[in-house]
Amino acid sequence: MNGHRMSGHNDLLVTGAAVHGGESADVLVRDGRVVAVGPDATGAATETDLERVDADGLVLLPGFVDLHTHLREPGREDAETVRSGSAAAAAGGFTAVLAMANTSPVTDTGEAAEHVLDLGVAAGLADVRPVGAVTKGLEGAELAELGMMHRSRARVRVFSDDGRCVHDARVMRRALEYVRAFDGVVSQHAQDPALAGPGACCHEGEVSGRLGLTGWPAVAESSIIARDAELALHTGSRVHIAHVSTAEGVEAVRWAKRRGARITAEVTPHHLLLTTDLLGSYDPVFKVNPPLRPQEDVDALREALVDGTIDAVATDHAPHARHDKEHAFPDAAFGMLGLETAFSVVHDVMIASGRMDWALLTERMSTAPARIAGLAEHGQHIRPGSPANLVLVDPRAEVTVDPGASLSLSRNTPFAGRTLTGRVRTTILNGRITVADGEVRP
Amino acid sequence: MTRHLLSVSDLDDDALRSVLTTAAQMHDVQHRAVKKLPTLRGRTVINLFFEDSTRTRSSFEIAGKWMSADTINITGKGSSASKGESLRDTVRTIAAMGVDAIVMRHQASGAAQQVAGWFDESGVATSVLNAGDGTHEHPTQALLDAYTLEQRLGPLAGKRIAIVGDVTHSRVFRSNVLALPRLGAHVTVVAPPTLMPSGVASWAAADGFALSDDLDEVIDSGVDALMMLRVQRERMAGGFFPTPREYTVGYGLTRDRLATLTRRNPEAVICHPGPMNRGLEIAADAADAASSLVLDQVSAGVAVRMSVLYHLLASDGIVEGSLA
Repeated sequence: MNGHRMSGHNDLLVTGAAVHGGESADVLVRDGRVVAVGPDATGAATETDLERVDADGLVLLPGFVDLHTHLREPGREDAETVRSGSAAAAAGGFTAVLAMANTSPVTDTGEAAEHVLDLGVAAGLADVRPVGAVTKGLEGAELAELGMMHRSRARVRVFSDDGRCVHDARVMRRALEYVRAFDGVVSQHAQDPALAGPGACCHEGEVSGRLGLTGWPAVAESSIIARDAELALHTGSRVHIAHVSTAEGVEAVRWAKRRGARITAEVTPHHLLLTTDLLGSYDPVFKVNPPLRPQEDVDALREALVDGTIDAVATDHAPHARHDKEHAFPDAAFGMLGLETAFSVVHDVMIASGRMDWALLTERMSTAPARIAGLAEHGQHIRPGSPANLVLVDPRAEVTVDPGASLSLSRNTPFAGRTLTGRVRTTILNGRITVADGEVRP
Repeated sequence: MTRHLLSVSDLDDDALRSVLTTAAQMHDVQHRAVKKLPTLRGRTVINLFFEDSTRTRSSFEIAGKWMSADTINITGKGSSASKGESLRDTVRTIAAMGVDAIVMRHQASGAAQQVAGWFDESGVATSVLNAGDGTHEHPTQALLDAYTLEQRLGPLAGKRIAIVGDVTHSRVFRSNVLALPRLGAHVTVVAPPTLMPSGVASWAAADGFALSDDLDEVIDSGVDALMMLRVQRERMAGGFFPTPREYTVGYGLTRDRLATLTRRNPEAVICHPGPMNRGLEIAADAADAASSLVLDQVSAGVAVRMSVLYHLLASDGIVEGSLA
């Protein structure tokens, strides 16, 4: 099962896969595109010019698209590079990732965006698309060169100061107005810095009270979402809410959609599974921004992902060098790895539990994020003519998460030692296998 | 069995009682002409203080010296931590010098627990004693408070104790609410709503203490002890209360409240972990009153810390029934 035979060509015949989780079919890929699905595929193939992938028992889906990845290059290549992050993405079934702008230097010019784009092309393991900063240097004061980034070869369409909230309402209004000219979208890290005061490092609630840690209240998130929804309505522009983490935030998005705002939202796998109770260990591997929340919030996020209030799953993959996490909890870096475990977590929490089917998972992990980011070559229905950006997953396999096996340069996974159901087997980018069973294809 | 003291909850009921009983024996040493026991001869204790402290560090240092341990003080300022070294590297470097215990004060909640975890994980034999971690816990302070109160009031079962002030930022509060109810005391925690920790209502219900935002009502109901907490001046910028004057009017132990306290219960006592903000959370008359145990607490602190060091480090480490 799932064997690969190299032929020296990029053409593939995937046999016996449950396409979109439905009936088993063969899929022929040639020159980076799907050319046949079903009985025709095998007939169209010749034995000599292609690689066969036995996908009996596996599910074939459009490759996943991550709206929210931190690749750390330039600036912190000890934690991650575009190459290592792309490898982790491919291992996680992603064919496209949007690289957040909070690098050093910040991606706030056309040249900086092109640099990230070129690094992604050179790595060749995923379609790496830079996210542009909303404001210069992520300072929240002056707009970055949004138009220049869009006009660059990187064709930037998603802008975010992620890691920080665009908290000045006037700056946010202007950003929304400006990007409307090229159907851009502002991805907001919704967190009022006045309410999420200095030193805040976890969810504000009983756990933070007992542990003596300074917390963020949920209202710091929902109040910004509500404000930005009003601004989106006022400007007619698209706003995207990054990593929604609270029930109150979900309600704010729901309310905004009912009012007709052009608003989309994402949730991370870790917010779908982990709770703030894990902080009792003070282990900084569980320190993330926005923070892990109580079970009631986790339940609300799961429900919102099903009912469409939340449009997409995004990883917020945030690699950190080991020494940046080996501090006291309040002093340690925020963030956790996510690319390689995203599918397994979502499968375990949403599909294996019966909350979601394959069609909905495809929508939330491939189609919707590709649509939000404007990536026409990703998230497409698998049929003749569609781009061969694909992933094969094994719904029956169990994964026990081993940080040592990660293709990331960092090891800060909060899922270490957890056993999850559902495993990515093979990722196909533009018709070429990038990762098979955790091994990068040269 | 643990070899660290990170939280009051590391002590089971027997261990809690044992530490207090041994403290009474250790207290006698203070009255001897030669204040020296050979108990920890050959043991090395590092007082690793990342945060400024005079009384706690001195107290631990004296406790160690009176028990013949070699005690060395290291402060965060000027240490390698200030040069960017990770906490893990800093403490492992110190432990690698073969020390038996690290008494650690850190400005971050959970720091002592993390260090103990790193030691356990990598087989480092050094004990960790939490001398205050951020706004989390200060277990020896709670032990010395309990000891001091028992010395004056007798067994604490049934005694009414109010903890008053900047509760949300207080590690003294967080350790005392774990210790005092277990000794049978009825504890009421008094603070303005802005200085109560998040989620404290369910926590209070689970751990057996009451809450109030009305100090006058609590005093008028008759208490055996008022434990006043320091208002942390460095926190005032957080907008937790409008002005110091308003805080004093609402939550300070003023001369009038002292009169009411004494009228309602002539035997009532006053505690404060120090340093005191006279005129803010406690009036000078109250701080210096005959019912004030502030200096008794300081004296008891040495005895309690001797007891804790003894239980952690004497002979083979843990003595029977000492630390859970």
